[in-house]
Amino acid sequence: MRPNELVWRGYARKNGKKGVRDKLLVVHTVECSSHVAGKIAAAAGARAEAIGFAGCGDNAYAVRVLASLVRHPNVGAVLAVGLGCESIQAKKLAEAAAGEGKGADWLAIQEAGGTLKAIEKGVASARRLLAALDNTPRVEMGLADLIVGGECGGSDFTSGLAGNVVAGRFFDLLVDAGGTAIFEEILEAIGLRDLLAARGADAEVRRRLGAVYDKALAYCRAVRQYSISPGNFAGGLTTIEEKSMGAVIKSGNRPIQGVLKVGVPPPRPGLWLLDTTPDPHWTRYGISNPNDNEGLTALIATGCHLVLFITGRGNVVGNAVAPVVKVTGNSATFAAMGDDMDFNAGTVLSGETSLAEAAAGLARLVAATAGGEPSKSELLGHCEYHIPYKYQDPDPGRSAPGREE
Amino acid sequence: MSAGTVPAAFRIDARDNVATALSDLPPGRVRLLGEAAGEEIEAAEPVPRGHKLALRDIAAGGDVVKYGVPIGRAFKPIARGGWVHLHCLESRFDEKSSQLDPATGVSRDTRY
Repeated sequence: MRPNELVWRGYARKNGKKGVRDKLLVVHTVECSSHVAGKIAAAAGARAEAIGFAGCGDNAYAVRVLASLVRHPNVGAVLAVGLGCESIQAKKLAEAAAGEGKGADWLAIQEAGGTLKAIEKGVASARRLLAALDNTPRVEMGLADLIVGGECGGSDFTSGLAGNVVAGRFFDLLVDAGGTAIFEEILEAIGLRDLLAARGADAEVRRRLGAVYDKALAYCRAVRQYSISPGNFAGGLTTIEEKSMGAVIKSGNRPIQGVLKVGVPPPRPGLWLLDTTPDPHWTRYGISNPNDNEGLTALIATGCHLVLFITGRGNVVGNAVAPVVKVTGNSATFAAMGDDMDFNAGTVLSGETSLAEAAAGLARLVAATAGGEPSKSELLGHCEYHIPYKYQDPDPGRSAPGREE
Repeated sequence: MSAGTVPAAFRIDARDNVATALSDLPPGRVRLLGEAAGEEIEAAEPVPRGHKLALRDIAAGGDVVKYGVPIGRAFKPIARGGWVHLHCLESRFDEKSSQLDPATGVSRDTRY
């Protein structure tokens, strides 16, 4: 297989970006408007997805995530649904989408006259926006246009031996083809400071990698919690260092171009680390890594068109904005949870396929999924997301030279 | 016992002093796959699927090496062929790691 032969038809956005899906996002701006937003999305049909933020209070991080998601290339149109007294402004989210040339509308339930009238108004608006999506121009895409995320969850001993190893090989192939790969889970790099920092593309990136590692370790020490669970131990993983090595392998072997903050897309192709941990702040709010959906949502809010979710024990989730392709290194999990698993990397453990063959097979699956073939989670209607309260400085290098953000 | 029925463990890196059991290992012969494929080792005790088997004697205080990097410290001597898990290996970072139940991985100091 030649990677540059993998091409498909994507969706051309007016801002010049290319998407692999053409969704209407119905966004609630506080938990109080989630019922109305959910009813609107359900009535509008399969291309409409409901996302939102539960909190009423002001949180710049949550606004940044929502604003990134309404600007996401997989999103063709946005309907923001507010109650009318919360901090996050539905009108401004709609304006952010409109500013990128997307169809956009908004409503406030208090202005619309309550639940039923807001749903009626919203459904009419959603149908207009969806009808306009039928005219979205198509455009050829290849691996060089693609941003793919890597996340692992429900890890077992096969993740570090097969699932993440095959994902890492695929990321090498993607980066060599001119594409972009983003991996996260710095909390699952504990114990590997020197190894991680040495992979920075230049001295400044190496310094940033060391700094983001130090922040993650300080966080783990403060909360006395490392990213390792009873299921991991029972499956044979003994220490966070062991789990870390198995997790970092999913980033492959290419140099790391820089450290991204959530909601700030990579400025150029290559391999990037996404920092999802909270930055030091007086409120100290934000539990890092509350669940896998948070990591998936953070990767997608940072621009990923599609995410590889590597799972040994078997997770089932998808995402509202981007396809999730589930890869397992455990052939037993692949057999037992076949309705949910997209790719079996366990064949490299049994010796049925080589690492290179498995990575090429995964590349073909990614291209087919980007071209519109539904992933298993899409077929099953999975559309999870998770946006927590958090504090992150999106531009920590403002005063430092050589920053990547 | 033919080679096909001898259970296997996977060594990732040639520097590793442990290998990962690809199926439940009873005491007895184990084939090594991955780096140094073809070698055999004798399991001294049962090793559950996905758990680690010591390829060499490891002294108390010594590094346990997997992926070619230290993944923690042996807090008691580990004999070649032995099961390597929470009862003998601790994290250098996570102070809770030596307080966990070796079979379930659940914290022993949490009250319900």
